[in-house]
Amino acid sequence: MKTLVPIAATVIAAALPLSAAEINGKVTLKGTPPPAAVIAAVKADANCGKVAVGEAKSRVYVVGANGALANTVVYIKKGLEGKTFPAPATKPEIDQKGCMYYPYVAAVMVGQKFDVKNSDPFMHNVNATPKVNKGFNFAQASQGQVNEKVFDKPELGVRFACNVHPWMIAYVNVLENPFFAVTDESGAISIKGDLPDGKYTIEAFHQKAGTQVQEIEVKGGKATVDFAFDVKS
Amino acid sequence: MNTDRYRFPFALLTALATLGLVCMGGLVTSKGVGMAVPDWPTSFGYNMFALPVNQWFHGGVFDEHTHRLWASSVGLLVVLLTRWMGGAPARKPLAIVGAVEIVAGVSLLGMGPEWRGGGAFLSSIGGVVVLAAAIPGFRLPSEGMLPMLAWAAFVLVQVQGLLGGLRVVLDKALVGHVTLGTLFGLLHGCLGQTFFVLLGVIALLSSPWWSRLPVRGNFAGRMEVRGLLLATGLVAVQLVLGASMRHQHAGLAILDFPLAYGRWWPLTDPESVARYNQVRMDESTVTAVQIQLQMLHRLGALAAVGAILTMTVRLGRCFGWASPMGRGALVWSVIALGQFTLGMLTIWTNKAADVATAHVAGGASLLLLGTALILTARRLTMPASAGTESSRTQGLPRAVLQGKP
Repeated sequence: MKTLVPIAATVIAAALPLSAAEINGKVTLKGTPPPAAVIAAVKADANCGKVAVGEAKSRVYVVGANGALANTVVYIKKGLEGKTFPAPATKPEIDQKGCMYYPYVAAVMVGQKFDVKNSDPFMHNVNATPKVNKGFNFAQASQGQVNEKVFDKPELGVRFACNVHPWMIAYVNVLENPFFAVTDESGAISIKGDLPDGKYTIEAFHQKAGTQVQEIEVKGGKATVDFAFDVKS
Repeated sequence: MNTDRYRFPFALLTALATLGLVCMGGLVTSKGVGMAVPDWPTSFGYNMFALPVNQWFHGGVFDEHTHRLWASSVGLLVVLLTRWMGGAPARKPLAIVGAVEIVAGVSLLGMGPEWRGGGAFLSSIGGVVVLAAAIPGFRLPSEGMLPMLAWAAFVLVQVQGLLGGLRVVLDKALVGHVTLGTLFGLLHGCLGQTFFVLLGVIALLSSPWWSRLPVRGNFAGRMEVRGLLLATGLVAVQLVLGASMRHQHAGLAILDFPLAYGRWWPLTDPESVARYNQVRMDESTVTAVQIQLQMLHRLGALAAVGAILTMTVRLGRCFGWASPMGRGALVWSVIALGQFTLGMLTIWTNKAADVATAHVAGGASLLLLGTALILTARRLTMPASAGTESSRTQGLPRAVLQGKP
């Protein structure tokens, strides 16, 4: 009986090409980026001034405690060639609220549907200008209006802009596989999914700080990776 | 009723309205609100002229929609100018063009819902042109090249409107790595300045001042025409470079002046450009080409201002400082120095929309003034026997000349 258990485990492992895995780590920023500029136009605008949430600031660099860098997309770049993955059923949302986009940086998989919502009681236009995917520009005139969108090719940093309120900018990253994460102010990387053990190339992409690549090995469903961007002010 | 004396004020009004339109377009580009209204020729699906006011007075929509309405008004003025300058001979071609536009517009109406806006817009233009053709009176065409110039303006205003519309409609269409929106935006910006110069020239040639300008046969002054052409050409190159920078919507490629990223000539290798982008706190990302474009614009500014100042001295000495050429050249120099200052301020204010727009208007004014000086110099230096011939009545039917209906 004792010998049957490892044999059964081996058989099951061989039958399942993918297994639950977790990649953890942190993205940090060395150096001091220029201070975030206040977007005075938000308060100055007749409509936006009424719904603005706090003081709107540039989100080019959002840095938390100990240099933790937010808005960095971390994803498996190489090591999954030839494999296909279904797009996640979850539907991310990009919201326009107080004349700002939330989130500032989002990530979706190729073919994954996402919603663009207008939570403001007045009109925004949503002007997406990808370089690889098909762009769009439409108006959302009423509060609560939601439009479903999808991109069908991988592409980093697809810019979303509202030209009615030209300071409103967001970025959507379109990735080939579901193994990605966007850091928050903790800078924490947490990629979970059915990723088999093996060697991978993992990339961190920040709209301003640039890209960094590392080789990692997932062993026993675990891997750790840290990225440190260096920005001189 | 003799309407001749009102032609110049009307041409001047049209030119000034066009300068306003150039400024409005500059403001739209400076603010980055050109796509605030995603459709054309409709605005949010409405007939452009029937957009509800509460939608119009809203952020960037106000700038873009006002630009469209203003452009339509300038179009109307140009159609009337063509009818007026062209006299009775202009009625038939106007009627034909208008009828063709109406037929084309009505045909579009039948091609499906997505063409209805375009069809209605084209039919409206055609209707205006046909109405202009139907206006009675205004029998005698203007003198010299004015009817032809007015027809050129008639064609350009429609091409310019179409380019502006295509800039919106084809914003996402790619040709290689360039979007058609960027390409048409650039052409729209450059043609706008050319169109303004054309309207300015029409106003100049229809002015009483121009008809009183003596033909003196100043042969020494002929040498200066080449210099004027060179200086004005440099201004034109500057306008193209400036429009190329602006219509890439990349923000300021270089954020400091007189240095460029701390050097007299910035490094543009990939590592350096990546480093520049890291510390830019706006949302834009610049490329090496965009940096080099701004450096060329800076060098071009030095060359253009130098050429204008040199020509001012030469024109003052040749024609006299109190002469129209001398005074015009002085104004040219003052505007050139102001324009240089506005260029610096554009960088120091991080491309504040009003400053950048004033810079666009300054460039257009420099181009117009350069062109006006070239025309004036040519007139002053042509042989004294020339310039008196009138083509005003050439080819007109006898009945028209006799004032019969």
